[in-house]
Amino acid sequence: MAGEGEKKPVLEMVQADGADEGCVTFVLHDEDHTLGNSLRYMVMKNADVEFCGYSITHPSESKINFRIQTRGGIPATEPLRKGLNDLSDVCQHVLNTFQVRFCILEIGRSRCELTS
Amino acid sequence: QQNVSININDLRTILYLYVRYDDTWDMQRFQKNFTMDIVDLDENCMEFDMVGIDAAIANAFRRILLAEVPTMAVEKVFIYNNTSIIQDEVLAHRLGLIPIKADPRLFEYRNAGEESGEDAGSEIDTIQLQLKVKCSRNPRASKDSSDPQELYLNHMVYSGDMKWMPIGNQADVFADANIGPVHDDILIAQLRPGQELDIIMHCVKGIGKDHAKFSPVATASYRLLPEITLLEPIEGEKAERLKRCFSRGVIHLEELNGKKVAMVVNSRLDTCSREVLRHDDLKNLVKLGRVRDHFIFTVESTGVLPPEVLVTEAIKVLMTKCQRFLNELDNTDME
Repeated sequence: MAGEGEKKPVLEMVQADGADEGCVTFVLHDEDHTLGNSLRYMVMKNADVEFCGYSITHPSESKINFRIQTRGGIPATEPLRKGLNDLSDVCQHVLNTFQVRFCILEIGRSRCELTS
Repeated sequence: QQNVSININDLRTILYLYVRYDDTWDMQRFQKNFTMDIVDLDENCMEFDMVGIDAAIANAFRRILLAEVPTMAVEKVFIYNNTSIIQDEVLAHRLGLIPIKADPRLFEYRNAGEESGEDAGSEIDTIQLQLKVKCSRNPRASKDSSDPQELYLNHMVYSGDMKWMPIGNQADVFADANIGPVHDDILIAQLRPGQELDIIMHCVKGIGKDHAKFSPVATASYRLLPEITLLEPIEGEKAERLKRCFSRGVIHLEELNGKKVAMVVNSRLDTCSREVLRHDDLKNLVKLGRVRDHFIFTVESTGVLPPEVLVTEAIKVLMTKCQRFLNELDNTDME
């Protein structure tokens, strides 16, 4: 399954012929180690995932090959989706903690501005 | 917990075998163990701690702070007159690197269109600045002075000479925010009588990945909290020497039973110079290492946005990246 025809592709899925849905290589465009490594960490925390890794095919091209192999016949998009959601939740929690800390600091300095 | 130990020539990671250790992602456990602490905060620089997070995500935040938080910077320079000794391209390069005080969240990215003329930018994605300086001889200078300060008028072109020219409704929207360079005293060029600069600049929104001029931080870095363990009690003259091996304030000598005993009071201050490993009688008494999940971040802003805003924006950028791929997954699923 390739990306859209006219627009620049954002996410592509490459599957070997004959293999089941559990072994898929995703090609993430316009990404590098920033998302690659953190997403790999979150997907590896999933018990259903047998293999997860990413590689940058060539440093001049800004895309990463992100491979997921699951055990038990689970489609590979499931751990990817869960990993993205978990990473998003982590960021939200970090953001909330930081804003709470910052507000406490500002109250301590006797001026607090509630940031949205 | 894994430990990083610091030896004389290398760093060695000691892995403990995970026997029946459940490494699955547990949001509750993460939220329980995760803390943050803002140690130091002033106008431009912030130091804060993140404890209980993995290096992959901490590094992602650092990379985003450096390269993916957007700012405004000079991109197109229309040189109508440049008779100074600085070449056009060198001058344009210097102008691009000047940090521009404008909140990038209030602007949009310019479409990568074909139009590159002067009227291409609109009020929502462009800031227009003008630099118009002419150097002349000072008629009131004394006959035999050789000080350029006295002889010439306008012979130093500073970033404070860049004037904002509001486009469209920018004059109303940004009435109280004075848009211009962050610092007024950046020297752009030097002139002599008869030379002049007449330049119009367009600032656009961009990210550091594209060009380093768009990076909002002077630098953003992190280090791991050092961990110093004394394997046996060290007292007397050895304790004095041990204290000198570490940075000031790390080791404190306590008076116990008439003898001075060394104690580690604040390992955070240590710069990990491994000096203690150079002393044969002290190197086996101390274990040096780093706490694997305690990150001490230092974020120094260029002045465009305050450092706490930069950190929140960086976290939001990572969330946006995840959301982008989640949407893409949903779209391909629906097809």
